[in-house]
Amino acid sequence: MLNALFVMAVLAIVLGAILGFAAIKFHVEGNPLVEQINAILPQTQCGQCSFPGCKPYATAIAAGEADINRCPPGGDEGIHKLADFLGVEYKPFGGETNAPKPKGYAFIDENTCIGCTLCIQACPVDAIAGAAKQMHTIITAECTGCELCLAPCPVDCISMVTIEEKTTNWKWKYPLDVMKATA
Amino acid sequence: MTDYLLLLVWAVFVNNVVMVQILGLCPFMGVSKKLESSIGMGAATAFVLTLACGASYLIDKYLLGPELSYLQTLSFIVVIAGIVQLTEMLLKKTFPPLYQALGIYLPLITTNCAVLGIPLLNVTRNHNFAQSLLFGFGGAVGFSMVLILFAGIRERMEGSDVPGIFKGSSIAMVTAGLMSLSFMGFSGLIKL
Repeated sequence: MLNALFVMAVLAIVLGAILGFAAIKFHVEGNPLVEQINAILPQTQCGQCSFPGCKPYATAIAAGEADINRCPPGGDEGIHKLADFLGVEYKPFGGETNAPKPKGYAFIDENTCIGCTLCIQACPVDAIAGAAKQMHTIITAECTGCELCLAPCPVDCISMVTIEEKTTNWKWKYPLDVMKATA
Repeated sequence: MTDYLLLLVWAVFVNNVVMVQILGLCPFMGVSKKLESSIGMGAATAFVLTLACGASYLIDKYLLGPELSYLQTLSFIVVIAGIVQLTEMLLKKTFPPLYQALGIYLPLITTNCAVLGIPLLNVTRNHNFAQSLLFGFGGAVGFSMVLILFAGIRERMEGSDVPGIFKGSSIAMVTAGLMSLSFMGFSGLIKL
């Protein structure tokens, strides 16, 4: 019984020592700044900042290669937080960045529509109903407001309609994880 | 010398860990979706398994002995966990892309039953140190070989016309079963 305890204890101590030594010897320098910036970013991985995700964008900010005003999902608040955290001046959205747009859906002016079906092919969620040489229309409930149908339209009959915030469609804002952002 | 060579062939083909002993099915099904990551997984498992066999032999021989043999399973698990941790650190330092690709399956080598099973088999078969290492290495080579073959088949299957109900894991299971059947053909090759 004592023998067994002793053997296991020795084993644990020896392995612990080896692992502890290895942890120091093979330590990989992570950048703590990247992690902290990453915690402030909204983790939508949308790529609107022109980086392939939030982590790469955080890496680029930490390396000073990217501005802090390139994250539309983070909004104004996100920029303020990044500015506070990094101790730099607040910058409004602008330049090459696309500022967050108000929520909306596409609307087809049915008098102008020539029924070319180009917008139907562009729609990623199949929210456009119609056929060749027939008038098209948007199924509003399905439209995600991605605006991909605007560019292909040859007669520019598609416009974006903003959804106003009313009591019927108001939702709680997503909570901001303060602890995570400041950790 | 011939004995050792026969043991190696026996471990790789005749007594293949996955196909004959049906050990280590978790990484076999889990990491076989892509050829690249299966090669990485095979290499990592080979490294861990060989080291684990050597370490477990030494522990069983010099630390446990016959009177503490009931501690075999426990102490082997501890040693394997330690070796896996070590491998993880090494990989993270030297080969970050592979570390990223293996993801959760790397720490899961700890609970890979092939990695525990082969050291225990070594003990029951009374292998000496060299035999233990060779048996571990052979088992690992067999595991990697089957894993890579299976990954190749699964990559091909992605593009083939599989009936709806069989899509995904079910056809993979059927394929694994057929592969196992084919490995039975080796059973008469060597008697050990």
